[in-house]
Amino acid sequence: MNGLLQFAREDRGFPPSLFPDYRATVARSPREALVHMPQTLTEVTGPGPVWDKLMGPAIHDLTTQHKGAPLGQRIIVFGRVLDENARPVPNTIVEVWQANAAGRYIHRKDDWDAPIDPNFTGAGHVISDAEGNYRFISIRPGAYPWGNHKNAWRPAHIHFSLLGPAFATRLVTQMYFPDDPLIDIDPIANAVPLPYRDRMVSQLDMATTTPNWALAYRFDIVLRGKNQTPFEE
Amino acid sequence: MTLDLEHREALPRHDNQNPDLFGQTPSQTVGPYFHYGLPWKGGADLLGQSEIGPRLDLVPPEHFVLNNAHGSGMPQGEAIEIKGVVLDADGAPVPDAMIEIWQANAAGRYNGDADMREDVPLDPHFIGFGRAAASAEGIYHFRTVRPGRVPGPGNTLQAPHVAVSVFGRGLLKRLATRLYFADGEGLDMDPILSLVPETRRHTLLAQKRDDGAWWFPIHLSGAHETVFFDL
Repeated sequence: MNGLLQFAREDRGFPPSLFPDYRATVARSPREALVHMPQTLTEVTGPGPVWDKLMGPAIHDLTTQHKGAPLGQRIIVFGRVLDENARPVPNTIVEVWQANAAGRYIHRKDDWDAPIDPNFTGAGHVISDAEGNYRFISIRPGAYPWGNHKNAWRPAHIHFSLLGPAFATRLVTQMYFPDDPLIDIDPIANAVPLPYRDRMVSQLDMATTTPNWALAYRFDIVLRGKNQTPFEE
Repeated sequence: MTLDLEHREALPRHDNQNPDLFGQTPSQTVGPYFHYGLPWKGGADLLGQSEIGPRLDLVPPEHFVLNNAHGSGMPQGEAIEIKGVVLDADGAPVPDAMIEIWQANAAGRYNGDADMREDVPLDPHFIGFGRAAASAEGIYHFRTVRPGRVPGPGNTLQAPHVAVSVFGRGLLKRLATRLYFADGEGLDMDPILSLVPETRRHTLLAQKRDDGAWWFPIHLSGAHETVFFDL
């Protein structure tokens, strides 16, 4: 096992587990120091290209899952999955879920009184291609209030979940929109300090927009990369 | 809570494409509403024999668009159940948690490209990755096989273990831990367990209950806080 390639550790852009402005972290974050460990075969492996057997066939168009078209502004969300050495991460699962155009989730526990859209679920998943590209069609989600503090509103966001090549590269994040002033007053986004917070903000990409049909937002996702020098005992 | 939360002003911003910012995309919480987006039917049954994994009570049936996975056949090895409760600092169950596991097959081989040991057999019926939503009582449940031993750093051999990821509302990033079996071979010599202070090692040991399930409670915080790893 000497010379087993190691993935880089999380960088300074990662949030702490405890961030009291996001109140739910207080009772749900460890107080003991994390135990530092080398990555073993367990951590540098992950499920191979077996996504069909796990998450099932891809769902890339979230606007055609029901009888009618969902309400709201149609958007294209696309980008590349890369590692931090800027190399593509191919053949990896990208899962997304989001609220509808009014900011309401199709979830029994979401009791905000914005309307449910019977034509919108808001969940999908695709596999990145050989160059790490992925692409979804969806509608732009709305902002919504939540109970963290008085007059708290989440900025519009799309949840992303990626496995990458290994247990070590697992990532769950949220994509934000570039024209949203709520980002800078949101405790969850603010758990990530600037300038790293802006890594979660997508870019309006007019070149990928389909004229008279949909605006496009580019969101590249960067996973932990393999260290250039193998770990030695 | 910071006093000015309700009065913060927004500032102009950069975005994801700024080359000066290139680097790891930061983690964010899964939030409380992941149930219609992540845990598929059968996701928690690595034997491929049942539909456990999702919380169907939280998703209107016409909006459950996730997979219904079936195994191709029974994997080799000892079939086991793993169960546990996720608890917060006050000992209250965490009903909006999600647990994932990753493990070797019964022979000790990972079903992933980076495990290139051809002398240890793959099992065509076993992948080794699972995902479970916690119940309203904060309990998660997997069906799998007991993993074989895999090599560790140097010439060491690791005790049988399962890599565990914890997600949930209030968790800004994944918490990584390991499940070992209380009767597992080689616990004393395990290269990772030996990095853990002796007084806390018990938090990583699943105990076999009367019903046959391996019980592995996850204490996010509090007096019995589970050991989590920086890896």
